[in-house]
Amino acid sequence: MELLINAIIAGLLLGGFYAAVTVGVSISFGILDIVNIAHPAFIILGAYIAYIVNQTLGLDPILTAVIALPAFYALGAVVYQVYYQSFEKHGQDALRGLAFFFGLLFVTEVLLILVFGVDYRYVTASYIDQTLHFGFVDLPLRMLIPCAISLAMLAMLQLYLSRTFTGRAIMAVSQDQLALRLMAADPTKIKRIAFAISIATASLAGSFLIVIQPVEPSVGREYIGRVFAICVLGGLQSLPGTVIAAMLLGIVESITATFYGPSWAPAVAFGFLLLTLAFRPAGLLGR
Amino acid sequence: MRTFFFYLGSILVGAALFAFARWSGNDYLFFAGYTVLQFVVLATAWNILGGYCGYVNFGSAAFFAAGAYSTVALHKLGANVDRYFPQELAGIAKLVMPLNVPTLIIIGGIVSGLIGLGTGYLTLRLRGAFFAIATLALAVVLQTLIVNWDFVGGSRGAYIIRPSEVPIFGNYIQYLFAIMIVLSIVALAAARTIERSRLGYGFATIRDDELAAEACGVPTLKLKLVATTISGALMGMAGAPFPYYIGYLEPGSAFGLAYAVNSIAMPMIGGTTSWVGPLIGALLLGIAQQYIIVTISSAVGVLVVGLMLIIFVIGAPKGIVGLVQDFMRAGAKADGTPSWRSRLAIFANMRPGAR
Amino acid sequence: MADALLHVENLGKRFGGFVALDGINLEVAPGERVGLIGPNGSGKSTLVNCMCGTLANESGSVRFDGHQMNGLPAHQRTHRGMARSFQLPRPFHTLSVAENLRIPLLYSAHGSRGRHLTQAESATRCEELAGLVGLAPKLHRLPRDLTQVEMRKLELARAIAADPKLLIADESMAGLSHSEVDDIVNLLLTLNSRGITVVMIEHIMRAVMAFSQRLVVLVSGKKIADGKPDDVVNNPEVIGAYLGQ
Repeated sequence: MELLINAIIAGLLLGGFYAAVTVGVSISFGILDIVNIAHPAFIILGAYIAYIVNQTLGLDPILTAVIALPAFYALGAVVYQVYYQSFEKHGQDALRGLAFFFGLLFVTEVLLILVFGVDYRYVTASYIDQTLHFGFVDLPLRMLIPCAISLAMLAMLQLYLSRTFTGRAIMAVSQDQLALRLMAADPTKIKRIAFAISIATASLAGSFLIVIQPVEPSVGREYIGRVFAICVLGGLQSLPGTVIAAMLLGIVESITATFYGPSWAPAVAFGFLLLTLAFRPAGLLGR
Repeated sequence: MRTFFFYLGSILVGAALFAFARWSGNDYLFFAGYTVLQFVVLATAWNILGGYCGYVNFGSAAFFAAGAYSTVALHKLGANVDRYFPQELAGIAKLVMPLNVPTLIIIGGIVSGLIGLGTGYLTLRLRGAFFAIATLALAVVLQTLIVNWDFVGGSRGAYIIRPSEVPIFGNYIQYLFAIMIVLSIVALAAARTIERSRLGYGFATIRDDELAAEACGVPTLKLKLVATTISGALMGMAGAPFPYYIGYLEPGSAFGLAYAVNSIAMPMIGGTTSWVGPLIGALLLGIAQQYIIVTISSAVGVLVVGLMLIIFVIGAPKGIVGLVQDFMRAGAKADGTPSWRSRLAIFANMRPGAR
Repeated sequence: MADALLHVENLGKRFGGFVALDGINLEVAPGERVGLIGPNGSGKSTLVNCMCGTLANESGSVRFDGHQMNGLPAHQRTHRGMARSFQLPRPFHTLSVAENLRIPLLYSAHGSRGRHLTQAESATRCEELAGLVGLAPKLHRLPRDLTQVEMRKLELARAIAADPKLLIADESMAGLSHSEVDDIVNLLLTLNSRGITVVMIEHIMRAVMAFSQRLVVLVSGKKIADGKPDDVVNNPEVIGAYLGQ
């Protein structure tokens, strides 16, 4: 019983982290309808950047990620421009856009292998080995801190999207581009901002990742299924839905790993995804 | 008439390839050639669903590995008949097992075809993007299942010992190479036949405008399922001989990312609208990769493929075939009489201006 | 109406909170010529989409040729004899004009003949169809080489290619010249004389009045008039909502 409760709590913390990983795709796929399957590549990139800075300067990884936010934002803007010029402008079939992102995902992974090799990398920080204990409940700090910051980040994003003009324009662009234009907002610029934000979240998510677990280049691919499973399950445009779905997935994965062994964990997310797509593609909260 | 030349030509080329490799006396050519031909099959198979119908499959590795692991499972059954079969059936089983490679290929095709059908049935009612994501999911689910299945070796892998007797050729790798030549011809012939048939037209309408296709009476769901099944089956057939080729199969190599990337990059770089595209892409990229793997490293080889994919997708969306078609069109004469360029195009079933 | 070819009963369709169609009732007799008019956004195309299966209606039913159509996918409705052209042309852009026309021949037209057409019969029929709408010179061109008007003609020809019992022509005449409009009206009248029931959705009143035996008016998702053309155009509600004066 204690094992089960700890598994659930670990799952909740994991879910908080998964929400950070997924929110970028919630924006690019859910709102902008861009199937950015290369998102995990940006996350891994963020993880490795945190690693390098941690190794050379000893800086805390999450702090590094915050400093790197503008760089990732700029990167996202550039990637969107390339995508827009090459594909969206001419209304080309989705096939090429998908192939483009797949190529990005892939090239990033191979470049990381060539530069860093396939060994696992990890960071050192004061809180990584610490655990809070409340009776039989264990709260490892390396999971708790990313989860907390992640939920804070999501709350800020939700506020941004619902209260600011640009944020609301982003939500609007997915629904009615013409109306947006009539309101003197340039849909392309709005979409670029949104996509850049989505890539910026990858910087933070990457730092969370390397705090929680050691990384090597192919880890990104495990997250594709998780990310899209959470996205679809949570209902494509809903940030709160994303959090709920992420927690749900985290709990199921945690229980599976605890009672059936960690080698089954990757299949959980993907199994979720297949089932959701087959039976309830509109997600838990619908659209 | 052109069909006759296609079959004649491909058989001649295949025989010539084999003779050349044999004459060279270097077994390496057989090994490298097998890999390149394997990609011809995978690229052609991918293109039937991806290029003709417009539905991207990121999980080629799953279908390939399903074929490979069917072979492993059957091989293990055959090597331990007494342990796995009840006494009454053991006698019959010993007559049939171990199964020969062509039979394994057919079984691998059936297994992967069924997986394709199943995945399609679950997801093809949704948009193409969801199907693509589902195929990614499929690869990971299947890999996890195999990793946890001890009978085929799990994560430790399985050793496959080649049979001592080799039909006709005497050398087992030459036998496998010859089989792969035949399989390549089968795949190319299948793609070519589909392209020119009623089915091929149906596929094209699904790619161009699925809603209009439905309105014209095209049963889009049924056709998509057909495409997924055929594509998956061919990939499974390519995977079935793989354990015998490589000798030791473990999930990491069977489900390797190289399969997913190459089966997408080769048709997209070669050109997705005709059977010639995947062939050109597979030959060019396959041979280039073999060269890079030997001279630099396999990681760089795969990197080159990924970069080429990005470059072509942005800059030359219609692939090499498209570039050639533009070249042909550029040489068109004003009065419409065929130039040597357009005659060449018609021969290769690349009609400038129309499809 | 006894033995109506098309019987739409209480059809309803919403998009989220927006009610696109509100309890539409419509009957079309075999061989009839019906005109469907109404302001933009009134739901005419949505009605067509629901009748033909491109969209699924939430409530109500569609009966065609005595069979229940609810739940049937669009391609099966086309096989039963319902064909439509799209208001915004949707050609198959990698196929030539001839190949575009061939698709319904390959996948639908066999219904009435009981067998598929041979290659030669197909080719002849494609030329014939292209000729009907004046696209014969561009038979082997791609849709991107066609003008907007030519693409509409292709849309119409492609719908006719399916050998339908009921043809729904959705704004096929937008942008056509005076004589071209006459040509299309005559084409539809000829088809009708051969037994094809036609529903024409149009804004060009001249064509609608010349063609229709009956006129139906849709405004904001509701049917507000259904009767003889002369009566309908003098209906004050119709004048207020659509025709103006």
